[in-house]
Amino acid sequence: MDVNILVGGAAGQGMDTVMNLLGKTLVRDRFNIIYTKDYMSRVRGGHNFSRLRISSQTPWTTNETIDLLVALNKETYEIHRINLAPSGRIIYDPGLFNLPDEEDRGVPIELEELAVNAGGKIMSNTVAVGALLAMLDLETEISEKFLLEMFSDKAGVAEENIIALKAGYKSAARHCRACFPLTRRSDTSKRLFIDGNQVLGMAALASGCRFLSAYPMTPSTGIMNYLAAKSGSFPVVVEQAEDELAAINMALGASYAGVRSLTCTSGGGFSLMVEGLSLAGMIEVPLVIILAMRPGPATGLPTRTEQGDLDFIIHAGHGEFPRAVLCATSHEDAFYRLNKAFDLADRFQIPVIYLSDQNFADTHRSIEPFDYNRLVYNRHLATEQDYKKPYRRYAFSESGISPRILPGQYSGETVLVDSDEHDQDGHIIEDGPTRKKMVEKRMKKIVALSAEMDEPDLYGDPQPEILLIGWGSTYGVIREAVDALSALGKKAAMLQFSDLWPLPQKRLKNIMAQVDYSFCIENNVSGQLAEIIHRETGLVVDQKILKYDGRPFLSHEIVREVEKRA
Amino acid sequence: MLKAEDYMSKETAWCPGCGNFNIRESLAKSIAELELPPDQVLICSGIGQAAKMPHYIEANGFNGLHGRALPPALGACLANKNLKVIVDSGDGDSYGEGGNHFIHNIRRNPDLVHFIHNNQIYGLTKGQASPTSDPGMVTGVQTSGVAIPALNPLSLALVLGAGFVARCYSGEKEHLKETMKEAILFPGYALIDILQPCVSFNKINTYRWYGERIYFPTIEDPENWSEAMKLSRQWGDKIPLGVFYKKARETFGSSLKFLQGEPLAFRSFDPLETAGAQEEFF
Repeated sequence: MDVNILVGGAAGQGMDTVMNLLGKTLVRDRFNIIYTKDYMSRVRGGHNFSRLRISSQTPWTTNETIDLLVALNKETYEIHRINLAPSGRIIYDPGLFNLPDEEDRGVPIELEELAVNAGGKIMSNTVAVGALLAMLDLETEISEKFLLEMFSDKAGVAEENIIALKAGYKSAARHCRACFPLTRRSDTSKRLFIDGNQVLGMAALASGCRFLSAYPMTPSTGIMNYLAAKSGSFPVVVEQAEDELAAINMALGASYAGVRSLTCTSGGGFSLMVEGLSLAGMIEVPLVIILAMRPGPATGLPTRTEQGDLDFIIHAGHGEFPRAVLCATSHEDAFYRLNKAFDLADRFQIPVIYLSDQNFADTHRSIEPFDYNRLVYNRHLATEQDYKKPYRRYAFSESGISPRILPGQYSGETVLVDSDEHDQDGHIIEDGPTRKKMVEKRMKKIVALSAEMDEPDLYGDPQPEILLIGWGSTYGVIREAVDALSALGKKAAMLQFSDLWPLPQKRLKNIMAQVDYSFCIENNVSGQLAEIIHRETGLVVDQKILKYDGRPFLSHEIVREVEKRA
Repeated sequence: MLKAEDYMSKETAWCPGCGNFNIRESLAKSIAELELPPDQVLICSGIGQAAKMPHYIEANGFNGLHGRALPPALGACLANKNLKVIVDSGDGDSYGEGGNHFIHNIRRNPDLVHFIHNNQIYGLTKGQASPTSDPGMVTGVQTSGVAIPALNPLSLALVLGAGFVARCYSGEKEHLKETMKEAILFPGYALIDILQPCVSFNKINTYRWYGERIYFPTIEDPENWSEAMKLSRQWGDKIPLGVFYKKARETFGSSLKFLQGEPLAFRSFDPLETAGAQEEFF
């Protein structure tokens, strides 16, 4: 069972409202779903759409094929009818536009008129959800309950929405009752309905992050919104900085003084933060930076996706200093991965960059609840027994990691950090021998840090001939491509990186020695991971499948390319 | 109780005769007289000659990047509200490279002090114009003389709603020390623009030049914004010193109830405390 819904219209017509209500209803009713957004960098007009896929298996991507098209304007119909299945149906408002005479898949629903009758035009989207529920052979109870929760503080609004919902349901039931029946998951456990940015915000909160300073930038802003909404219920400061220079430096100040700190941005903002990244490396103050990638250079495509910043991130910052770069393969993984980022930052006293992208940030999925017992919380601070008095912030040690205390923590001890090269006390120096020892002290951390990097996920044929290598948010689509290739009789496997830097090499080297064909699949134009693999290991990935139009991969695009070349 | 000398144990790398020595002494004395222990004081600076202060005063120190003294100071005072945060940096750092942070932190009004060594020249890079250099000053870069008007930090601060706006002169140590103490005790952002000769590179604004111009006006009502604005705009033949404006307003973070009590930095945490956060996604 696989049903694909697309809701489209102009920016401001409320596609999100439809998908949030429908998605929440479906997840509570025990369906597996994924919901992705395709939107323009504008507040009104243009063409935006959202896709939602319901599947009996875990849906990792949304499909191009459409079963149910909700066309909030005529343009949506014109753009998307080419992908509408022959058995598909179109929900549209005959009060707004008509379909061509030859189009026999239409389900006319007076969205606006029914909404106005219920209490206001704004509820057209609720009418549409009612219509979808009827066509999916579902009842309205779960949606009704959710509407009551959603508008619990607005008397009357929930009731009006319920009237709108039922009106849409009744109207659609006349045309197409249960055209697309669904199969529920067999188990009754509850699922989360959550997008990538929310996962990261929740993971930061659950990792004890108490300070976020950031400048709003799509597609990272959702993290800020999430934590800002939690500030007060939880002791987390969220400050909108005047610019990204301030954002990273504020976070460093808060971290130096003792709280777990975070900043988030996209590529352009990160470029401004690079100066501060280098500072974090020099002063050895822990920091987590989430970079939600979008296509560059410069402003690029603000609301689209790309994996174009990996190579930049690995080298960003003047001078040489250790850093870790992580990303996540899925929403499930992201929660624990960001927790790991905070732990690594504190343990090694380094900046850790977590790479997200628009595709991950804006995608909602139904997933199992997170297990909070799996989270790690250790600030890796020194006790009074752990350091020699008087305290020296940059005391030499075998691992390169100096005992860390907080300013004001122990009576009589002060903590001095310095962006100039410094001695063990943190005071400015210029002599060669101290400089050399300090460089070596910082760089020494890479040894133990490398050992903390998780090997990439391996999925598919145990003895593969074809290896598909990827990183981060492409996990789902590559996994579906592997499944499709397996169904075609190919021996294919996926190797998907989540910890990226220092690059874990063991599994990669083992498996590359066994396969006949290797492909790097990346949302960028140069195959950045393939280049890094070559630089770090000498291994050459045979082929690159690259996509850089700002849109996420579709699994059939990968399958087609692999079939052509292997 | 610690004496001022106890806060000044380190060797400095400033030029003989530099105005920084007096500023350092006044700062050490003000901290000592307020009986602030070194472990409860944080000095933040950017880069420049003035910005070396964290190395020369016994206290916690964050010697960050050029222009970026204020943002870490803000972060630190939210993370640990018990720290007395002193931002001590130069005019290029605070008004040039860090201009945007200067503007927006005055709006925020965090509870910290901002002491700016204003020598109207870039010393560390050997003598280029600073944002406060007077028009006409000839330098190796401004070869025909500075062609644009000087930035007036005190007027700007007043316009932005700063609650404590003062001007001092490094040659008037006692006045500087007392004003620093007053600023440290003031709740909210407190600015002291400290005029200071640069004996190596500024051949115009010398000790003598200042000596002939500075005076202490009688300020009857420090809450009178218009009078403060007038004083801030006096420059040239007569240069007034003093606390031009002083009026407390709500400080940054004071509306956040969760910041009350134990500083955030020292609170314990268990991830399970936040497990309820996922309920809303069911």
